[in-house]
Amino acid sequence: MVRFILRRLLQAIPVLLGTTLLVYYMVFALPGDPIAALFGDRQPPQAVIDTLRSQYHLDEPFWVQYGLFLQNIFTFNLGNDFTGQPIAASLARVFPVTAMLAIEALAIQTVFGVGFGVFAGLRRGGWFDSTVLVASLVVIAVPTFVLGFAFQLVFGVQLGWAKPTVGANADWGNLLLPATVLGLVSFAYVLRLTRASVSESMNADYVRTATAKGLSRPRVVVAHILRNSLIPVVTFLGADLGGLMGGAIVTEAIFNVPGVGNKLYQATLRTEGPTIVSIVSVLVLVFVVANLLVDLLYAWLDPRIRYDQ
Amino acid sequence: MTIPDVRVDEAGYSGTSPLLEIRDLAITFKTSTGEVQAVRNAHLTIMPGETVAIVGESGSGKSTTALAAIGLLPTNGAVSGGQILLDGEDIAHATEKRMIELRGNTIGMVPQDPMSNLNPVWKIGYQVKETLRANGRPSGPDDIAKVLAQAGLPDAHRRAKQYPHEFSGGMRQRALIAIGLSCQPRLLIADEPTSALDVTVQRQILDHLDTMTTELGTAVLLITHDLGLAAERADKVVVMYRGQVVEAGPSLELLQNPQHPYTKRLVESAPSLASRRIQVAKEQGVEASDLLAPDAEAAAADHVLEIRDLRKVYKLRQGLGKSTDFAAVDGVSFDVARGTTTAIVGESGSGKSTVAKMVLQLEKPTDGKILFDGVDTSLLKASELFKFRRRVQPIFQDPYGSLDPMYNIFRTIEEPLRVHRIGDKASREKKVRQLLDHVALPQSSMQRFPNELSGGQRQRVAIARALALDPEVIICDEAVSALDVLVQAQVLNLLADLQANLGLTYLFITHDLAVVRQIADHVCVMEKGKLVETGSTDDVFESPQQEYTKALLNAIPGAKLMLPPEVA
Amino acid sequence: MTSRDTHFVAPIDETPLQATDALKTDQAPLSLWADAWRKLRRRPLFIISSLLILTLIIIALFPSLLSTVPPNDDCQLGNSEAGPAPGHPFGFTFQGCDIYSRVVHGTQASLSVGVLSVLCVVIIGVTIGAIAGYYGGWVDSVLARLSDIFFALPLVLGALVITQLPAFRENKSVWTVVVIIALLAWPQMARMARGAVIEVRNADFVTAARALGVSKVGALLRHVLPNALAPIIVLATLDLGIFIVLEATLSFLGIGLPQSIMSWGNDIAGAQSSIRTKPEIMLYPAAALSITVLSFIMLGDAVRDALDPKSRQR
Repeated sequence: MVRFILRRLLQAIPVLLGTTLLVYYMVFALPGDPIAALFGDRQPPQAVIDTLRSQYHLDEPFWVQYGLFLQNIFTFNLGNDFTGQPIAASLARVFPVTAMLAIEALAIQTVFGVGFGVFAGLRRGGWFDSTVLVASLVVIAVPTFVLGFAFQLVFGVQLGWAKPTVGANADWGNLLLPATVLGLVSFAYVLRLTRASVSESMNADYVRTATAKGLSRPRVVVAHILRNSLIPVVTFLGADLGGLMGGAIVTEAIFNVPGVGNKLYQATLRTEGPTIVSIVSVLVLVFVVANLLVDLLYAWLDPRIRYDQ
Repeated sequence: MTIPDVRVDEAGYSGTSPLLEIRDLAITFKTSTGEVQAVRNAHLTIMPGETVAIVGESGSGKSTTALAAIGLLPTNGAVSGGQILLDGEDIAHATEKRMIELRGNTIGMVPQDPMSNLNPVWKIGYQVKETLRANGRPSGPDDIAKVLAQAGLPDAHRRAKQYPHEFSGGMRQRALIAIGLSCQPRLLIADEPTSALDVTVQRQILDHLDTMTTELGTAVLLITHDLGLAAERADKVVVMYRGQVVEAGPSLELLQNPQHPYTKRLVESAPSLASRRIQVAKEQGVEASDLLAPDAEAAAADHVLEIRDLRKVYKLRQGLGKSTDFAAVDGVSFDVARGTTTAIVGESGSGKSTVAKMVLQLEKPTDGKILFDGVDTSLLKASELFKFRRRVQPIFQDPYGSLDPMYNIFRTIEEPLRVHRIGDKASREKKVRQLLDHVALPQSSMQRFPNELSGGQRQRVAIARALALDPEVIICDEAVSALDVLVQAQVLNLLADLQANLGLTYLFITHDLAVVRQIADHVCVMEKGKLVETGSTDDVFESPQQEYTKALLNAIPGAKLMLPPEVA
Repeated sequence: MTSRDTHFVAPIDETPLQATDALKTDQAPLSLWADAWRKLRRRPLFIISSLLILTLIIIALFPSLLSTVPPNDDCQLGNSEAGPAPGHPFGFTFQGCDIYSRVVHGTQASLSVGVLSVLCVVIIGVTIGAIAGYYGGWVDSVLARLSDIFFALPLVLGALVITQLPAFRENKSVWTVVVIIALLAWPQMARMARGAVIEVRNADFVTAARALGVSKVGALLRHVLPNALAPIIVLATLDLGIFIVLEATLSFLGIGLPQSIMSWGNDIAGAQSSIRTKPEIMLYPAAALSITVLSFIMLGDAVRDALDPKSRQR
């Protein structure tokens, strides 16, 4: 097991290096001068520009800048952004917000997606199944930003059930509306995956054998159909958590959530290289860790995997 | 002797009344193309403690009939007529509640495939425990261990804590038998309980099942495709064909005096140790060797294939950087004479298929030599290897897997000709038609696709494809194992005819000794990568030298029963 | 004599013996594709979605059939956010342009982005995925890591960088968005293709082909890929819908299609300012977008069912 974790972490190293290199290069290639942007319309003295340039190593060639960045990463020193704020501090502000949003969205999609999916899968071809299936297609088809605006307008503005925008102080209640929008998209996928998985394990030989042993129907459903069919669903949910932690740019923008997605978007528009690369590096790490957790979870759920490694 | 109808409507005979009686059973499936009647007029009677076997080919309705008796028909199937009487109670349309009461402690089941019938995520012990608990029996750790131990699982306390994937196929089947018998049912339905296992394991498990059911006084409904096995294990045999019972009676009587043409055919083509090398080939083979008589010495030495000290070692990965060597094939040497059939026999994991792959140049040997026509095949250049492929062709086991589902029959058989740039379009089509004639498929089947053919037909297409390049050697890797008995006999006869007409050499890889007896001139017995015995088929079968070979021969179901008619 | 000892034989005329393993000849030959098509054309989901898609294609090719009003001519600020008027069934945008005409003319951009990006993604993804899956070993590992890297790349950053590339900086077009989507979306297709190829590559018919003398590449092209095609086709159909949404999302964020190209994403972005007062301005392009995506997703769903090997007769 330890060996398995080690191998996965080793595999993550080239991905981390590659991604940061690519991102760093992309930021490097972006036109526009972050120092000039900092001063807006005013034209700062050349000396100030030069000082700032060397302070942020902007006068060095690409490889040197990337090397310095890597050195910083390994010393856990993310440095300051161009306005002089420590990047680590601003990351510490945005990640908890996104984490809350992600957890809430995940809870919503799990409860409804798995619940409806199990019900539809057990009665495949019934009216509930058909209705839910068509509804899930519609949910997938409506783009997130349309859904976001519609929810904001209907529940936020017209009905007044929730605050239309989140703003600076994000809490669980404030985030419910954006989390619902975010959760709805994956809800449809979770539902379809659960349904397919349930109706597949219903036809498994071991389910027939379990029935032949004299078990009651509820027992067969819970211990043999659900237990087995939830394995791929849990895997999907785990991977989805990794994706959600990356922040939802569109949703966060519509509801003005001060999260990772918003920060990344703003930083990208302002060409703030260090911030972008820091966020992306953390995201890749989160992604790797999330995938690792999913693999461990998978091994825990499915004994066949556990012993293969 | 023929009694058209023996269904006794009242329990009018002396002694006990039947445990299970199926009368005029009809089962209908709803499919996308309409209703299909899978079983018609089925009837059988099982007395308490008696073993009754239903024999039939795939699709004969034998499993469907048995599943109906335990109320486990697939959701699109239903009993559409007749009665299933358990102790006189009609359970054909019993409520689900009643069936749950009966399952486990009155009717038990041992399913076919040990690999897919245990839930992979639960420990074996738990799967026994829930059975005991559901049927209101004590289910402590000792009770579980006792149940497993009775089914012949050693070290039952420890085994109960393991998962199914840690068990071998035979052990899983023992666990399934333990579960099926754990609540001491009065009737056990055993659906092909051992057909997925090696013959030696098969024998042990059936013996154990026999002992247990005898001790418990359990009646058994045994479903099998193997007439020999049915006759050996059951008191009565019921033969089903296309959804109907065509013949039923005491095992030996039915075997020695079959009345219905289907049963007769089944008895005739059941491969057995008593049967001989398929005759047509033998006679013509003799003629062929007569023709070669002047060169008798040379002919005797004419080995198209010579295998010398062949070894194949696989590295088994064990975590980071570490690996252990596993010798799948270990120092195997044998010769194959031109125009004859050599069989390599062995159980799963014996390395027989790896030998086939190496001879086909699909895997590289770790060590040793394969001489084809005296030339070391490992020294062949790419262009020579391409020519070698024309002369040695394979036929694989799985008739569903060996034909590309996207290619129609014409394209499938034409492909080798096209790859080797033989002839033009018209001549290739002519050749394909000829080949279809050879394998007794109508030329009209050219435009059909593999999914429209049966297993036997696909295997015949695979044979036609292998013959397209006029090869000298054909490697048959379990080529008839997946086929029903009658179809198997048909394909074996075809192969024998082709050998006689075209002078082919066969290397026949199989686990089935009865098939070897029918087709092979020479036998190589393999066990765990090593060659344990070689010799002419007659010698090996009549006086096996090695213990392993003897065990294999003994394990063949019905070996002692299937006497040739003149002896009977 | 009790039933225990009786020997029953069914009347032979009622249970006639049939030829062993006779070929069924009552049906016309049926390839897998023909079989799938036969199943497909009976499904309502398929009929509805393909009719919708056909309509959309006609609108994209000949927008003037449905709208005689040129979309951007006589935009008058006086008409800003005005309601429906004769000849202008959906009303006017904030800029005073005819919404109906803009929605009709926006079809072209959405569909062409969708179709072109799917083509690119299939070409890149299937090539890389098939090579990784077929050859395995270190090739597979390297390609897997490469796709991980692209998978982790943030969409907005990638989009922003590509729009700033010298080739696109001055003249953004449909191709800009296509390149963005193709570059960021191929890993998923590659993974799918890799999985499908791995499933087929060890099939006996591939081994049989190799034993016939077919080269390794030949077996990949002629046997493995055609049999791995079904999941690829399904994903491509679903991707069409997803990429159309992606284009709209990018345009909505201001890093997709330029304002000069009429697209639903741009229209939705433009309608943001009127969302509180006149939500219907956003409704029409959003509905058009959703219906288009829905048709492709329904099509993908129907195709998936039809190509499902489990539903196939053997």
